[in-house]
Amino acid sequence: MEEKQITVLDLISLELKEQNALNLHCMGGRAGLSRPIAVPDINRPGLPLSGFFESFAWQRLHIFGRGENAYLRRLEEENNTESLRKFFSFPVPACIFTHNLAPGRAFFEIAEGSGCPILQTDLPSSELTSRILRVLSDLFAPETTVHGVLVEVYGIGILITGDSGVGKSETALELIERGHRLVADDVVQIRCVNGSILDGQGANKIIGHHMEIRGLGIINITTLFGVGAIRDKKQIQLVCSLEEWDPDKVYDRIGIEEKTTEILGVRVPTLEIPVKPGRNIPIIIETAAMNERLKKMGYHSAKEFNHNILRWLESESARAVYFNRDDYL
Amino acid sequence: MTERSVTINNRAGIHARPSALIVQTASKFPCKIWLEKGSDRINAKSIMGIMTLGASFGTVIRILTDGTDEDAAADAILHLFETRFEEE
Repeated sequence: MEEKQITVLDLISLELKEQNALNLHCMGGRAGLSRPIAVPDINRPGLPLSGFFESFAWQRLHIFGRGENAYLRRLEEENNTESLRKFFSFPVPACIFTHNLAPGRAFFEIAEGSGCPILQTDLPSSELTSRILRVLSDLFAPETTVHGVLVEVYGIGILITGDSGVGKSETALELIERGHRLVADDVVQIRCVNGSILDGQGANKIIGHHMEIRGLGIINITTLFGVGAIRDKKQIQLVCSLEEWDPDKVYDRIGIEEKTTEILGVRVPTLEIPVKPGRNIPIIIETAAMNERLKKMGYHSAKEFNHNILRWLESESARAVYFNRDDYL
Repeated sequence: MTERSVTINNRAGIHARPSALIVQTASKFPCKIWLEKGSDRINAKSIMGIMTLGASFGTVIRILTDGTDEDAAADAILHLFETRFEEE
């Protein structure tokens, strides 16, 4: 996979919803909007502005709040632009002013001269910081695409995988018919957030939520089943791998051992489900989802069952020992 | 693993009908077949996958095959691209 290049312009033009919106717009240095953002981090440039440039993290986005802006005004009054010139001698990706603040003319001249974009937002610094860090970590999250269907069943995100023609889409269709939701068919884009959460979604918004069913062709799930049958994004919590029934293969009969699949370094619980005429896969997947919820609540059916058997065997053997004793009463 | 590179020559790009043709051809071969555009790789036996690729006129596509009849499969897919999917 080639490395994704994120530019300042990408950051501004992101479509984010209310609580994530960055409300950024460009005040100056438009030419620099193509500057890449190399690290998902921010910096408050107090120290470099005061002339201290050791360990200066220039690669980060620089956030100017009320304090920094007041200091800039002071510098300007004193006609002291030395530290600013030094600041912009580094190829800083962008300067962001919060609280709708704007710097003085000298700042604009020096920044634009060095080709650094100046952005503004109406958000307070602390709010912008937390939002921008979240957005950046999302942008920089490792990504992959897998061939499969992602559905949400009883609130559990299930990735159905398997070879072409094994019946993934048909299974998903039956699940939708039974009131569950489709996230993505065929091409699932997976993002690893926080290093432990796998978010799956369709690769393309425009042609998302369509399915191809052999014999039917392409169908639109949203218009056929309504918006209640779809979902944009869902965490992947279980992988169901469908495969043709292989008489020589040993399938799990008890369910105490847990198999996992590794996606982007995260281990996801996995079920191998053999497909054979007469086996109702959607119902098996529904049950698997409920079982997974039970496990999350702390009840493991197979382990609990085995535990009961062990207890029963123990009491039985104890009784045998007790009753078969020669000196019994 | 066999690899072929091809530029899309039909004006309309890979829309529904060419996708179907690719899938039909690909499904005849038991080997694994992928199409690659930039860093996106999709399974050539999946019609939604091919359409999601969004391959328009002039795009360079890599055909990758792996398995018993990988050469024949790659050539068959390549042939579709070269004949512009029997369009135009």
